[in-house]
Amino acid sequence: MRTPRVELLWWEGCPSTDAALAMLREEMTSVGLDPEAIDVREVSTDTDAEREEFVGSPTIRVGGRDVQPLPDEPIGLSCRVYRLPDGRISPLPDRAEVRQTLTDAMKGGD
Amino acid sequence: MAQASATKVGELAPPLELRDTDGAIHALPTPGEVPATVVVWTCNHCPYALAWHDRIVQVARDYEGRGVRFLAVNSNDAERYPHDSLEAMRERVASEDWPFPYLHDETQEAARAWAAQVTPHVYVLDPELRIRYEGAPDADHMDPGLDAAWLREALDAVLAGSDPQRPATDPVGCSIKWK
Repeated sequence: MRTPRVELLWWEGCPSTDAALAMLREEMTSVGLDPEAIDVREVSTDTDAEREEFVGSPTIRVGGRDVQPLPDEPIGLSCRVYRLPDGRISPLPDRAEVRQTLTDAMKGGD
Repeated sequence: MAQASATKVGELAPPLELRDTDGAIHALPTPGEVPATVVVWTCNHCPYALAWHDRIVQVARDYEGRGVRFLAVNSNDAERYPHDSLEAMRERVASEDWPFPYLHDETQEAARAWAAQVTPHVYVLDPELRIRYEGAPDADHMDPGLDAAWLREALDAVLAGSDPQRPATDPVGCSIKWK
């Protein structure tokens, strides 16, 4: 079982960071990963965003894989729009999707 | 750049005169013209604004027959955020059924004058254009069942000629993208 690198990238213009971090910690705990091992990084400039290929806050990557990839989204300091399975728009990704990404990465799917 | 000053409940609303997505100019009503006015700062690409949008639209439809006027304003810097360009606003209005005009605050002067902070940021004005409610539509962007209850409460109070019990709440959403 692998221990994937888990990253949370955030920008101060969105109020969703604390909720995203809390959810990610809960899901990491639920699958047996250390919730304190998250690499939390602030993206505060356009230069940061370019370097990080940041398409909005919060961005969660597990083993380098985005939990909900948005290949056509422009890079920049913005808030991410996530789609939940029931069709609702959310500032956070679906919890089950996050958990699945974590377990896939632990199995070597990354 | 941050906004210049804070708008306060009880004060007269700052002027507002902007073009919509068809180029038509819209302004606040004249004092006494309508029983209530709702001004909502919103945008095309904020998950909070999008999550609340249908609820705000429904309020506009529900109160249309009572003469309430709604205006939606987008002040985001379209150069850095192309999702909020005038063209993108136009496309959105064309693809959705909006019951109110979507105004483009290109200079961001309106947002600064009103001290709008985030999207969505809701203001309810009485017939004399005094701000009677400012804040979020309701308590949770993720719960459509709340049905923009805070906005409805404020509107009901203004339409009844009384003071909203909850005159201000913290607006929750994405920061306005200043130039």
